[in-house]
Amino acid sequence: MVELERVGYRIGQKWLVRNIDLKIEAGQFWIFVGPNGAGKSTLLRLISGELAPTTGWIRFFGESISEYPPRELARKRAYLQQKRDVNFPFRASEIVLLGRHPHLNGAKESATDLVIAQEAMKQVQAEMFAERLYPTLSGGEASRVDLARILAQEPRIFLLDEPTNHLDPRHQVQTLRLCQSIAQSGRTVIAAIHDLNLASMYADQVLMLREGNPIAVGTPEFIFTAQQLEAVYDVPFEVMQLSSGQLVVVPLSSDSRPNSYPNTQTSILET
Amino acid sequence: MPNRAKILLILGISLPISLCVAAGVGAYQILPWHIPHILLFHKDGFEVLLYVRFPRVLLSAIVGSVLAISGATLQGIFRNPLADPGLIGVTAGAGLGAAIWIVLIGGGFLSIWGVPVAAFTGGVLVTIGVWKIAQTQGQVLTVTLLLAGIALNSFAGAGIGLMTFLADEEQLRSLTFWLLGGFGGATWRVVTVTLPIATIGAVVLFRLARALNAMSLGESEAYHLGVSTESLKRWAIFGVALTVGAAVSAAGGIGFVGLVVPHLLRLMGGADHRYLLPGSALGGAILLVLADLFARTVAVPAELPVGVVTALLGGPFFLWLLMRFKKEVVYG
Repeated sequence: MVELERVGYRIGQKWLVRNIDLKIEAGQFWIFVGPNGAGKSTLLRLISGELAPTTGWIRFFGESISEYPPRELARKRAYLQQKRDVNFPFRASEIVLLGRHPHLNGAKESATDLVIAQEAMKQVQAEMFAERLYPTLSGGEASRVDLARILAQEPRIFLLDEPTNHLDPRHQVQTLRLCQSIAQSGRTVIAAIHDLNLASMYADQVLMLREGNPIAVGTPEFIFTAQQLEAVYDVPFEVMQLSSGQLVVVPLSSDSRPNSYPNTQTSILET
Repeated sequence: MPNRAKILLILGISLPISLCVAAGVGAYQILPWHIPHILLFHKDGFEVLLYVRFPRVLLSAIVGSVLAISGATLQGIFRNPLADPGLIGVTAGAGLGAAIWIVLIGGGFLSIWGVPVAAFTGGVLVTIGVWKIAQTQGQVLTVTLLLAGIALNSFAGAGIGLMTFLADEEQLRSLTFWLLGGFGGATWRVVTVTLPIATIGAVVLFRLARALNAMSLGESEAYHLGVSTESLKRWAIFGVALTVGAAVSAAGGIGFVGLVVPHLLRLMGGADHRYLLPGSALGGAILLVLADLFARTVAVPAELPVGVVTALLGGPFFLWLLMRFKKEVVYG
């Protein structure tokens, strides 16, 4: 349902992403990982249609996304951004209702729209601050309200840039479990996430990026190996499996593997 | 929020009341409840009411509502509660047009229409200039729009300064009076020209309300919600340039209405533009009708420029608002 063919994006001489070929099916939860500046957000923004690729094509349901008018595109995909700043006194419930924008025909939201927005707030446990002013919410509360707005938009494709930022562990897990259940209901979820443990817990497929290039694609078990992670992040890793089957991915401090840090004093002495 | 409907209702009732009161007060006093009687039976005061007071209060209501809607719209586009209709250069451009006409061209058979037409042309031209400068590769970035507005504003300001320098004493008087703003020249003719332009512009801007709500989240979020942000900006600037151009050419530069009124409305009922735009229209009309009433009655027989009144009252009032609701002004 989401296809990328030789997608590249360049600003000036610098390629922010290049050579991306992906085929993402309905019902899958994909997670993009990679170090800072790897191109995760750029790739999400390309898929959202906000940026136009320098090379290649992006298709939703077989049709190039440049063919969709903005409003129709907004009924197909929703995008959750990292940054947010709202300078006006909107209530949290009004922010969530904005998610209904692409579905409205008249000037006002119908009773159905209100129910959908309310339902969305319940799903992320944001209904208790529905009447509070959005600019006064904490980072985590605002994140949940934004997530509710995306849910209210009822897209087929969810694009989430760091959806677990600012959230406490409980809400991180709940958010990703929600993503998982959205995917299981036949829609597509694509998220960029820094936390490798969370990524390994929930992703169906992982795309690993480095400096704009695709390094590896596959299931978390396939992607999250110590070797591969070290190659991409330039830090030694240890990957363990708990008895439940859950992966634990931890970067190691230099003390435990001194050899991998040639410029530290110990390693100089040893070599 | 039912609260909002109530606020709009109260404003909607207050506007005709303030129009009637303002129409009645002046050198020849008429009690508001005598107005229907006088109109119906051509009693004493009929001429004063029909040819002097009515065009004046109506024009001030139109200008006030246009300035307030434009202020609210631009604040929404720039996502900044401190934006003002002057920001896109329309006020300064109109001032420059008027100044050039008064000082360099002047008089002639077009003398009645010369200043307003020159002002309107100047306002629209400078706004188009701002828009063109801000355009890069077919896109208009909000930041560049803001910067281009500031640059052309100071350029037009310098032009007005030059005209003031070149003006003789009499030209200087009319130029100053025009720049300070006032409704002394209000006639039915001015009203009939201004009203249709203001109405078209207001309809254009009202239709943007939902898109402006989405814009409050940020430009790219608005895009992700299906708003065509480029066309939103184009229509908003078009509507503001048209209406403010007409308002300024009819009444000169009147500040603070576009800033204070949307703020007050947001404090009362929140930021939803579907409430904010009509609320600002009503609130701006009431405010300017009362400000003009004050301007022409406080120092009888002299008349203060209404722009001075709005700045004198609006400035401290705005400061008070800021102190009193420091948090709310920023956060709601």
